[in-house]
Amino acid sequence: MKEVKPISTGSDWTFELLEKYNEEIAKIAKEFGLDTYPNQIEVISSEQMMDAYASIGMPIGYNHWSYGKEFLSVEQSYQRGQMGLAYEIVINSDPCIAYLMEENTITMQALVIAHACYGHNSFFKGNYLFRTWTDAPSIIDYLVFAKSYIAKCEDRYGVASVEAILDSCHAIMNHGVDRYKRPDPLSPEEEKERQQEREIYLQKQINDLWRTIPATDNQKEEQKETFPKEPQENLLYFIEKNAPLLEPWQREIVRIVRKIAQYFYPQKQTQVMNEGWACFWHHFILHTLYDRGLVTDGFMMEFMQSHSSVIYQPPYSSRYFSGINPYTLGFHMMTDIRRICEHPTEEDKQWFPDIAGSPWIETLDFAMRNFKDESFILQYLSPHLMRELKLFSIIDDDKNDDIEVTAIHDDFGYQKVREALSAQYNLGNREPNIQIHHVNIRGDRSLTLHHTRFNRKPLEEETAEEVLKHIHRLWGFDVHLHSLEGDNIEQHFSCPLNNAD
Amino acid sequence: MNYIIDRRLNSKKKSTVNRQRFLKRYRHHIKKAVSDAVNKRSITDMDKGEKISIPTKDISQPVFHHGSGGKNTRVLPGNDQFSTGDHIQRPKGGGQGTGGKGASDSGEGMDDFVFQVTQEEFLEFMFEDLELPNLVKRQLAGLDEFELKRAGISNEGSPGKINIIRSLRSANSRRIALTGKKRRQLKELLGELENLERDGYEPTSDKVINLKQTIDDLQKKIGRVPWLDDFDLKYNLYVKNPIPHSRAVMFCIMDVSGSMDQNTKDIAKRFFLLLYLFLQRNYEKIEVVFIRHHTSAKEVSEEEFFYDRETGGTIVSSALHLTADVISERYPPSEWNIYGAQASDGDNWDDDSTVCYKLLTEKILPQLQHYCYLEITSRERQALWHAYQKVQDDFPDKFAMKQLVDASDIYPVFRQLFQKKTL
Repeated sequence: MKEVKPISTGSDWTFELLEKYNEEIAKIAKEFGLDTYPNQIEVISSEQMMDAYASIGMPIGYNHWSYGKEFLSVEQSYQRGQMGLAYEIVINSDPCIAYLMEENTITMQALVIAHACYGHNSFFKGNYLFRTWTDAPSIIDYLVFAKSYIAKCEDRYGVASVEAILDSCHAIMNHGVDRYKRPDPLSPEEEKERQQEREIYLQKQINDLWRTIPATDNQKEEQKETFPKEPQENLLYFIEKNAPLLEPWQREIVRIVRKIAQYFYPQKQTQVMNEGWACFWHHFILHTLYDRGLVTDGFMMEFMQSHSSVIYQPPYSSRYFSGINPYTLGFHMMTDIRRICEHPTEEDKQWFPDIAGSPWIETLDFAMRNFKDESFILQYLSPHLMRELKLFSIIDDDKNDDIEVTAIHDDFGYQKVREALSAQYNLGNREPNIQIHHVNIRGDRSLTLHHTRFNRKPLEEETAEEVLKHIHRLWGFDVHLHSLEGDNIEQHFSCPLNNAD
Repeated sequence: MNYIIDRRLNSKKKSTVNRQRFLKRYRHHIKKAVSDAVNKRSITDMDKGEKISIPTKDISQPVFHHGSGGKNTRVLPGNDQFSTGDHIQRPKGGGQGTGGKGASDSGEGMDDFVFQVTQEEFLEFMFEDLELPNLVKRQLAGLDEFELKRAGISNEGSPGKINIIRSLRSANSRRIALTGKKRRQLKELLGELENLERDGYEPTSDKVINLKQTIDDLQKKIGRVPWLDDFDLKYNLYVKNPIPHSRAVMFCIMDVSGSMDQNTKDIAKRFFLLLYLFLQRNYEKIEVVFIRHHTSAKEVSEEEFFYDRETGGTIVSSALHLTADVISERYPPSEWNIYGAQASDGDNWDDDSTVCYKLLTEKILPQLQHYCYLEITSRERQALWHAYQKVQDDFPDKFAMKQLVDASDIYPVFRQLFQKKTL
């Protein structure tokens, strides 16, 4: 057999070494069928990493004080040594941009290349949510457009007024995503061209909606219908299209925030899968490198040390516990699927008859493409893994005096635990369900929102009032918010306050 | 295709704008924190950055989320003791459940948002809306810094400064001038030759040969005019201009008589320091002269000024005399911006205050940009204060006086003294 030399032995990295590792890793990734966007790997310093952090990972962001706040807090905790910076940031774009920090050792760089440039990258390209909701080739161009548009607005209308709109939009950013239809792909040229057209058209529609000319009888019939006809869950979209007093440029800014919210929407819903997929593949790829004699024992030791700290899950009773670590859950589920494919037990055959014994590469690939966290857990969390992680489910009901353990990792509980965990990743479960219920178009133009309670959970009052002020700023007229349990109004908020009740 | 790009040399301060926006938005909070810090700080680190903390509540960005209550189902890892149907006591204090989601992210009860401002920013906030009265005479201070300025084209210079375009243009025009006549002749002769050839003269005939000979000579003559000659060369000319600097001298005058205790001196020192930092922001060069006095005045080093103790009576005019002398010896008012700051507990020899008044109004103030007097005492005002009040009446623009009681007054008084005056 031919003697194979390890690619490197020291811990320092050079650009030549990065190239070599990248080459080898790419080979393995291709062998095992990872389909990726081209990679653009950028080496940056820690200060630049802090910049990247502060702009929530967007390589180009419009200016806003909240990013400055983010930066200050990152800087503060980094300098105090409370927090290490992430080794990498990866951006869902085509080419896929990944940042490596210059302080990393060569081992960490190789790990990051495998993790981000092949793991995350292939996930971005393959997963159905990303395919549906984001348009990787044009996102950078869109961000450039957004930045320059907002800068232009600042020049023309003043920083303060742009900031006010952005503040308000950010407050309801989580409620500015479409969940059920495909948005138009973002194209920067079109975006620019159509922007003007849109301004005129939108303004016309609004004028129509708020028409004050006396109506014919025929029209009066129509007016009895409520507006909007059906409740709207995309608040930003509704405001962009219907808010009576917004200037065209303000509408465009609402739209920009909405588009960016939409871009990040899939990431929120696939955290476990995305990280799990990336961890699984960096683990697999680096082990393959080792098996082929391309890396040294020392390299592997360092890698394993870092890997195991990333996927560490403190138990519920630990003081470091802060919820389930998505890296742990994701990595173990991916590994577990492979185990079920390759070495299924009787139990696995019973629970997963369709994948037990199937080729693991295809099965994993299918799982990666067609699920989000919620459905992924519901589909693939195995009894074996529940035992391993010792998962148990509790119910904390404010009607009861204590907390009840409803299910643990035993035959009776597997199904329940799995369902409970899956529900935990349901976005609708995490964020309050708030929809636009109706607008009083013939009266005081007030906007009424409904919060439909889930498991009797109330709205947090103080922030709800604050957010309502922001909605009021965008809408321009009175805003009411009812929190509904069934048909009963449990909480009521209004802005401005003096109109309450 | 994969690319690896080195971006380390790209700009680092991408967040600067956002950072400034943040500081601007919360300038009210920050200013308060800064003025608190100024009062708390020890004397020696007045010009460092500062940790600012703002209540998280004031800067949070609100979003809708669930409040505590209702029915929460959660899955937790690491079961070590529970079986189905167990009931657990609700943990006290931390909302519901062990950490995790639910109530804990409601934003209440969190620490302050803490961050660091740089020295530059700290001073910016500290001296915001303050101004120096009677600002700045710019003088040519020293001959140590110059800037090179272009001053046209010259015929002499070093080869490194050759102006190629000018040189070649000049060569070109020289060549045109020197060969114009010959080229006109040449053109005529060539025409003649052509005519001869057309008229059927043999190339061997004398006329043709002679003509060709003349043409040849002419061409050679033209060829001999040099392409580039010494005097074609033109050079860029630069001249050195001295850069004007503004410079200031600050006189710190302090009473060190027995009645001034260490605490009073500390207060004075902080005030001097503030003034120094403030001047530093307005002038590129600052010198400081320390003059202390009891019955007689002496110019001393900074160390001695603040820490040596002496006792004795108090004659303020001695210090003013010395100040006037130092100014006339070393700091001609035509070249220097002169500032004076005097700290005292208000004690003075009985008859001396009128002398002070005379000295200040006649000798010192006409040469100064600004003079401020601080009386650090909680007692009744005395003769010196009244004398100085008269000075203030005579020079309302240049002279300012305030009374301080303790350290927390320093910054407010300082701000009052240098408050921007709106017209």
